[in-house]
Amino acid sequence: MGRITLDKVQKSFGEVEVIPPLDLTIEDGEFVVFVGPSGCGKSTLLRLIAGLEDVSGGHIRIDGKDATLVPPAKRGLAMVFQSYALYPHMSVRKNIAFPLRMAKMDKAERDRRVQEAADILNLTDYIDRRPGQLSGGQRQRVAIGRAIVREPAAFLFDEPLSNLDAALRVGMRLEISELHKRLETTMVYVTHDQVEAMTMADKIVVLRAGIIEQVGSPLDLYHTPKNLFVAGFIGSPKMNLLDGDLAKPHDATTIGVRPEHITPSPTEGTWTGKIGVSEHLGSDTFFHVHMEGRRDPVTIRAAGEVDMHRGDTIYLTPNAERIHRFGADGLRMP
Amino acid sequence: MATQHSRSAARTMMAPAVFLLLVWMLVPLILTLWFSVMDYRPLRGTFECCEGLGNYIRFASSSSFQDAIVTTLIMVGGILLITVTGGILLALLLDQPIWGQGIVRILVIAPFFVMPTVAALVWKNMFMNPVNGLLAHLWEFFGAEPISWLTQVPLFSIIIIVSWIWLPFATLILLTAIQSLDSEQMEAAEMDGASPIARFFYIVLPHLSRAITVVILIQTIFLLSIFAEIFVTTGGGFGTRTLTYLVYQRVIESQNVGLGSAGGIFAVILANIVAIFLMRMVGKNLDK
Amino acid sequence: MARAIPTSRRLAFTALAWIIGLLIFFPIAWIILTSFKTEAVAIADPPVFVNFEWTLENYCLVGLFPEADAQGNGGWLRGLMCDPDTPQRSDYTRFLMNSIVIALGSTLLGLLIAVPAAWSMAFVPGKGTKNILLWMLSTKMLPAVGVLYPIRLILIELNMLDSKGSMIFILTMINLPIIIWMLYTYFREIPVEILEAARMDGAGLKEEILYVLTPMAVPGIASTVLLNIILAWNEAFWTLTLTTVDAAPLSAFIASYSSPEGLFYAKLSAASAMAIAPILIMGWFSQKQLVRGLTFGAVK
Repeated sequence: MGRITLDKVQKSFGEVEVIPPLDLTIEDGEFVVFVGPSGCGKSTLLRLIAGLEDVSGGHIRIDGKDATLVPPAKRGLAMVFQSYALYPHMSVRKNIAFPLRMAKMDKAERDRRVQEAADILNLTDYIDRRPGQLSGGQRQRVAIGRAIVREPAAFLFDEPLSNLDAALRVGMRLEISELHKRLETTMVYVTHDQVEAMTMADKIVVLRAGIIEQVGSPLDLYHTPKNLFVAGFIGSPKMNLLDGDLAKPHDATTIGVRPEHITPSPTEGTWTGKIGVSEHLGSDTFFHVHMEGRRDPVTIRAAGEVDMHRGDTIYLTPNAERIHRFGADGLRMP
Repeated sequence: MATQHSRSAARTMMAPAVFLLLVWMLVPLILTLWFSVMDYRPLRGTFECCEGLGNYIRFASSSSFQDAIVTTLIMVGGILLITVTGGILLALLLDQPIWGQGIVRILVIAPFFVMPTVAALVWKNMFMNPVNGLLAHLWEFFGAEPISWLTQVPLFSIIIIVSWIWLPFATLILLTAIQSLDSEQMEAAEMDGASPIARFFYIVLPHLSRAITVVILIQTIFLLSIFAEIFVTTGGGFGTRTLTYLVYQRVIESQNVGLGSAGGIFAVILANIVAIFLMRMVGKNLDK
Repeated sequence: MARAIPTSRRLAFTALAWIIGLLIFFPIAWIILTSFKTEAVAIADPPVFVNFEWTLENYCLVGLFPEADAQGNGGWLRGLMCDPDTPQRSDYTRFLMNSIVIALGSTLLGLLIAVPAAWSMAFVPGKGTKNILLWMLSTKMLPAVGVLYPIRLILIELNMLDSKGSMIFILTMINLPIIIWMLYTYFREIPVEILEAARMDGAGLKEEILYVLTPMAVPGIASTVLLNIILAWNEAFWTLTLTTVDAAPLSAFIASYSSPEGLFYAKLSAASAMAIAPILIMGWFSQKQLVRGLTFGAVK
């Protein structure tokens, strides 16, 4: 069981308040991702849940029991660190067995569980090696193994994939999602990468400066971002945010259109511009279009290969139903 | 960052070290300060208050004090010059690809581990002795008149002995610093057309400047209190009496504790001037 | 270095480095050679380098192989190595024991005080930590001669002049800042995340120190111990000024050769060789760590 409730949780370092009072409920079995730019307090929030930092105010409840003052070791949570934090002087087997040893579990049961975890994570071949002899991906698996053996109430992940190269990251992403489906245990996952958030989460929590900007399912956030920050943060490539005369016809201060919701044409359309950089990926083509009187180019995405090039004049038509309108306060207009 | 609990535990664990060092530093220093304003000559049974600054003035105005300051400066300066330039050259040499580098390194480091008393005695008797010393034989071999090192050039002789001990130290530290130089930086300079000499002056030397400063400061701290090397070679005679040795003679040999204590305070002040600079360097390093 | 260096250049550098290395090492080699000579050979003119009759006589004279004690225990090694007519002139083993007791004692005591202090400063740094560290270092800069007399006086009052206990304490205090600093720089390299991981894995403070911190810190502690033994072994201000007989270590023992016995080169050499050998060997093993310890972490 792993239902985590944050009730007016607040954290200050000295004079500086990094997290103003904040409420959040993480349901049992949910995969929740904290996402936001660096310095937004997402890691601090995770560490507060873990108990590695004291809260300055408010309460943390795990399965209804107040855990605010419970030391990390007694909260029944497991954590996977960014640097993996494996014990360099222990073999893979001993690393994974460590939490069980701390729980004074008997040896036979310990060995059985370690073996089981090693099987799940394909670690059997390396089980007697030291962490120093493993690749980044393997170390990552050991760290996960160490977390799963003790069957925690919830897993906490602190940017676990940021030290891996791009190809491995995609693989590990899938593995962690698989693991979640299999274990059905609560997972709280911190990342600055919105792609990770979109692909893995049941529920995304977007943070900025310690404040929750929006909570919702990935598609909620994609379709109805509550404000400009979320609109700009979720989605890749980024949503085009246009103001001034382009926003006026829609009665808004700013309008947002995602690159995939603009149709390009060599002959006719609502807006005109010149193609700057174009990125031909084969499956998609991205154009950066410079429009008269605008500093930032508009990004558009066309499916497949498109025969238009740098310097060509291009006409753009936004999909009227997919235009997001924002007021002067940066909030979404109905 | 940590939790409240671990913070109070930390304070408890630090307490013994802080307390002991505080006592170790303050109690003798306060006693020395106290003695320095007294007329305190235990052999005559004099222990009278109060000289005020009398001891300080007497100590500072004596010619032996001025001589001692000059001797100290020449000795420390000479040793620093030899060890730092020698250390840089040796470190550069040892950084080259040479066969048996590990062994050469061991040979070069060795003198640093030799006890100061042993180094001084061996040099004094087996090398610098004008009759049987190895250097005398060497001089004779080239047809020159052997030198009586410790009476003719005593200060220089002590500089050589101490430099022999500290050259390995400078070399070891500078070599470590050179080896920490990013090789891509050197390659970039090479691509930019810098000659080996330009690379030394524009890349290597600036990179070493920190380590050189550290070497100078640390050696100065240790060299200001050189004792054993003088004790066993000249016993402070022939113009080799440094400030440290002068204070030692006043306090222990002639048992004029008041006067010697005033001298000791001068030594403390001198060392503190150097220490301030060293602390700044080390302190900056802590922030990283 | 991925590029080939011309062999001629490499040869030249190698030759130069070896010549300089051997020159610097020569005095030590000369001590060792002379220690195996007879006194007559030791002062031969011109000097003899290796082609002489090697003898252990000097080591026997100085007392490397101790005689049997009053109960007749020990002494078998002496019977094996020495001419029965060679007298034992000095009590090398006693000075050696003093050196060992003082060096090890001050190192152990130092560790006992320094490990908790360095641990807390490395892992639970507060606002004042930096200043405390610098202040500790500053006590090391206090010139010994400035506080010599008061300490002598205190020891006389306590009736502890020339005692091993007081030497252990004094050397501990002298080297404590270096020990704390060295341990601190080592501890700081242990990632905090690993200790946090241990906490998450259910380890309490005791388990954390026992199973995670200590095994990871062992290499650092080992080199700290090594450096401290070297420093304590070679210390020659306090040992020369505060010990006479009972607590005198090897550094004081050698100083007793300063005159006129110093003219007996072979015996002086044997005594010197025995005084420096243990430390020379230890030093070679710890040269890398030495840099860090002696520069208070400013150069790594």
